[in-house]
Amino acid sequence: MNEFLDVIFDINNLTATIRMATPIALAAMGGAFSERSGVVNIGLEGMMLTGAFCGVLGSYVSGSPWLGVLFAIAGGGLMGAILALFAIRLKADHVVSGVGLNIFALGLTTWLMQVLWRNRGTSVSVNGLPMFSIPAIKNIPVLGTILWTHSPLVYLMLILVFLGWLVMFRTPLGLRIRMAGEHPEAADTVGINVHAVQYFSVTLSGCLAGLGGAYLSLAQLNWFSMNMSAGRGYMALAANIFGQWNPIGCLGSSFLFAFTDSLQMRIQTSPVKLPTEIIQMLPYIFTILILAGAVVRSRPPAALGKHYESGRVS
Amino acid sequence: MYAVRMEKITKRFGQVVANDAVDFEVAPAEIHCLLGENGAGKSTLMRILFGLYQKDSGEIYINDESVAFSGPRDAIAHGIGMVHQHFMLAGRLTVTENIVAGDEPRKGLLLDYKKAREKVRDVSKRYGLKVDPDARVENISVGQQQRVEILKALMRNARVLILDEPTAVLTPQEVQDLFEVMRKLKEGGATIIFITHKLKETMAISDRVTVLRDGRKVTTVNTAEVSAADLAELMVGRQIVSQAGKGHGSKGKVVLELQNVSVRGPGGRARLEDVALQVRSGEILGIAGVEGNGQLELEEVILGLRPVSQGRILLNGEDITRLRPKAVRDKGIACIPSDRLKRGVIDSFTVAQNLVLGTQSSPPFSIRGILQARRINEHAERIVAKFDVRTASHEQPVSSLSGGNQQKLVVGRELTRRHDLIVASQPTRGLDVGATDYIHRQLLAMRDEGKAILLISAELDEIRSLSDRIAVMYEGRIVATGPADEFTEKDLGLLMAGHRIGVQDYESSPGSA
Amino acid sequence: MSLRQAPRKWLPGVTAWLARPGLSDILYSTVAVLLALLIGAVLIAASGRSVVAAYASLFGGAFGSIYNIANTLMMTTPLIFTGLAVALAFQCGLFNVGAEGQLYVGGLASAVAALTLGSSLPGALSILLALLAGALAGAALAAGPGYMKAKMGAHEVITTIMLNYIGIFLTTFLVKAYFKEPGPVDQTPFLPPSARLPELIPGTRVSWGIVLGIAAIFAADYILKRTSAGYEIQAVGRNPAAAEYAGVNVPGRVVLAMVMSGVVAGLAGSSVVMGTLYRFITNFSPGYGFTGIAVAVLARNRPWGVLPAALLFGILQSGGLSMQLFARIPMDLMTLVQGIVILFVAAPALAGMLLRRRTTARG
Repeated sequence: MNEFLDVIFDINNLTATIRMATPIALAAMGGAFSERSGVVNIGLEGMMLTGAFCGVLGSYVSGSPWLGVLFAIAGGGLMGAILALFAIRLKADHVVSGVGLNIFALGLTTWLMQVLWRNRGTSVSVNGLPMFSIPAIKNIPVLGTILWTHSPLVYLMLILVFLGWLVMFRTPLGLRIRMAGEHPEAADTVGINVHAVQYFSVTLSGCLAGLGGAYLSLAQLNWFSMNMSAGRGYMALAANIFGQWNPIGCLGSSFLFAFTDSLQMRIQTSPVKLPTEIIQMLPYIFTILILAGAVVRSRPPAALGKHYESGRVS
Repeated sequence: MYAVRMEKITKRFGQVVANDAVDFEVAPAEIHCLLGENGAGKSTLMRILFGLYQKDSGEIYINDESVAFSGPRDAIAHGIGMVHQHFMLAGRLTVTENIVAGDEPRKGLLLDYKKAREKVRDVSKRYGLKVDPDARVENISVGQQQRVEILKALMRNARVLILDEPTAVLTPQEVQDLFEVMRKLKEGGATIIFITHKLKETMAISDRVTVLRDGRKVTTVNTAEVSAADLAELMVGRQIVSQAGKGHGSKGKVVLELQNVSVRGPGGRARLEDVALQVRSGEILGIAGVEGNGQLELEEVILGLRPVSQGRILLNGEDITRLRPKAVRDKGIACIPSDRLKRGVIDSFTVAQNLVLGTQSSPPFSIRGILQARRINEHAERIVAKFDVRTASHEQPVSSLSGGNQQKLVVGRELTRRHDLIVASQPTRGLDVGATDYIHRQLLAMRDEGKAILLISAELDEIRSLSDRIAVMYEGRIVATGPADEFTEKDLGLLMAGHRIGVQDYESSPGSA
Repeated sequence: MSLRQAPRKWLPGVTAWLARPGLSDILYSTVAVLLALLIGAVLIAASGRSVVAAYASLFGGAFGSIYNIANTLMMTTPLIFTGLAVALAFQCGLFNVGAEGQLYVGGLASAVAALTLGSSLPGALSILLALLAGALAGAALAAGPGYMKAKMGAHEVITTIMLNYIGIFLTTFLVKAYFKEPGPVDQTPFLPPSARLPELIPGTRVSWGIVLGIAAIFAADYILKRTSAGYEIQAVGRNPAAAEYAGVNVPGRVVLAMVMSGVVAGLAGSSVVMGTLYRFITNFSPGYGFTGIAVAVLARNRPWGVLPAALLFGILQSGGLSMQLFARIPMDLMTLVQGIVILFVAAPALAGMLLRRRTTARG
């Protein structure tokens, strides 16, 4: 039992938590933007997966992992735009089209991987992102130890979360996004273009989820594998709900999700003997428990999931 | 010169012609009433003026300049503002946020909240429209929310202000306050278009009146030159026979009794507090009150849809406090819900299916869990005929019926259930005069048959004309109860607004002390 | 918080979608499938392969011989179950994305029941008990999300997806720990012959499972149309607030619908384990549960619509396999096509546009 506790409170484990939280936090913040504007985003999973794939593709084509990151953002954004097109313009049910998008993305990435690299399981290895260190903070106890060296995407994520919060709650754009998701008709009557705001938010959510995907394939590893996101997009959506549709809340709840994820990794390499499958189940069980606890107290945007068309309301 | 001139405006929705070549002119700095029944096309015409709907044909001139609006943004740019019947406010955002959205003061890339707040304070002071700029809209009263809506229009320099049924949600005193604001705005040179179906208010506030009926303009008259009766006739198109006296119910035994019932909402806030009331067979008890003062909770708690935190509910002397909704209904309660589409019908189900909603698992419609198609169809034919539900067949989805016919369906279904008590909540909301009259007659007939009726309505006139006794609700309490003819309209207004009045005639409920 | 707010909070879109009238549904569904295949063709061409060869091997693989046809029906069988499972939940406004996990636990439960009872009981009885075990296991996995949805408003899409992973890991763990046949593959021993579903066409791989699937469709259709419980399930799916107002026990019906859905999804696993593989093999499903979503969407959640929709995807699945073998085009292309079909069919405005264009072209 002591060994078990040691594993949990290991500094390395906390460092791993920050790492694991990165993709979830990015996608969760994407979910926050999309859902604050009124569009349910079940498609985060597919956007993240596409991002992971495009990241490797970009690095493979150009040799530069940074171009890979840009590819990932564009790929995720494209998936976001597709969801936006269906959910907004074509009035598809948000949840059904989100799941459809995820299945589409899974098929697309797995198929492309085989077309390009003739292997169904994993891609070739590409140049991944180098680590980045901030030696100046190394000597701060605990916090410095946890934070001083990471993938640059981890730092980028922290910056983006702050920026996301700023945009959402301190800018005209953020106000318009929140207005569109709370009361689209009210937004319309003060001259806000609701659909434009929603297209922007959903596409942005795709970019963020895609960046999260790039973290999986270019920072954590340096190749793509089939269904690499493995449900993290759904976890991100749960994290978003638990985080009350607020970027900073999303970051906080992503740490919770990442903690079990990192725990899982640590237990596998530790002397604690538990069957692999049982350990692997932990993050998923944890997600369900968090979600069940979170939703009761949460309050989604009032017009979430509804279709709005200017001039047709009664 | 006219502030607004609309020429030959036509607007169709599918088969329905909502506006048929309507001409409409408003002079600068006048208060102009747009009068008509529900469905006469008033809101449609104004939504066209505000750019929310696109006209099919016709011309619009603002200050004699021809305009074409592709959206509210264009209308706002031309100095038009609209306060909608259902407020266009996001409840979770603050007053300031709601007011500045779409036209935000900026500081660099950021929204300048400080400046926004100051602007709101400025304008609200100038027009005497007091609101707290930092309050969340959902936490302020309906009257204040309306002020926010007006401020929203004024901040955008509206010179023409359209008010769509603004008094529906206000107490009589709040109505007076609103009229005061309207006069002040008029003095400041603003033009006000006031949409209503209430004659008294039309007579009280307007300079001129345009009457619409069935999508057509009937006439425009100077208010000073007509009487309320004239307007009524113009509006309805036939002479109004003053409603035959409701007569008196013969009171029998107590059917429904609430003993000091309290309900707490999320966060322990009281939604109903110490509510005590009795409804006897052969009487209509009217619940008066501004919406949102516990009426919905009262309806739900009686039907077993909301847990009681304290007190007891008795039906025919039997405790039904903790029964499940189905058991409650089966004890003999018929119910006309306040929100027909949301709670009264399932609009994609057929007429026949909807007519067994609530009895779908009881004999004779269901035997051992199996639906009895033949009986369900016979039942449907019977109700459709008896309650005059206009539908092509009972296989039609309810969504294809008009609002009035949907309500007749609900009323027919509920009144043919075995029941001793009818809970009728906003039973005539959104209905035209004919359907309203029909429902009123049905309720009176049921009372004369000896049913007990609890009538919850935001329409004070409806309460006064049907009820034998009236109870007034304010903030989840019953603040006064008494025979209907002992309340003046003014008393009711004051009570609904939370004022206590020192009239000892009323038997006060424990809650009012 | 009561359920009053929960379903409305999540389901406005789904209910509106269910309520859509279905006049030109069949026409539009066909157009959607053809469009999806067309996009598939474009992708095949873009990857430098012959579209003709690809689709020829696809249809040849699906219909080329009695054996191929039987194979197609074999692939169709689990899709009937998973499609029906998703459709049933949808009728109550619930999106069961967890058929995959329910299929795994159902399959393993059947295998375990057959292995422990099969040799000691007469054939028909052991088959029945094994099926029952599969149904119960599927129901158990589905009941949780139903309950959490009804009582806490937890989004069933997330909870059922999470349970997919849990179901797959759990079955793998159980097989490895308790039921593994010695050897490199994580699988159980073969079931005793008495506990297998007999072949429908002798000498081929299509079993009586497909008949069982059709019987399940019949039962589901009957329940929805002719029973009070079915009425109430649909009432909750279309307007939970009105259903609650009318005295329907909404949480109860939500759980019931999920349980029924889980039963059928569990049987999907049983039908594969008992009728095709004759053993439980870890990770045996090529995504039957997810394809079931496409089946249900294409069937507009109508039980009898599931049959042709499942057949279509059965064709794509078995044809896709031969396409992979002979035209060397990865099967995953069919997954992509499924995704597109779901997107297209779920978009009412797209249907409106395409069909309107058709009518204007005609007249």
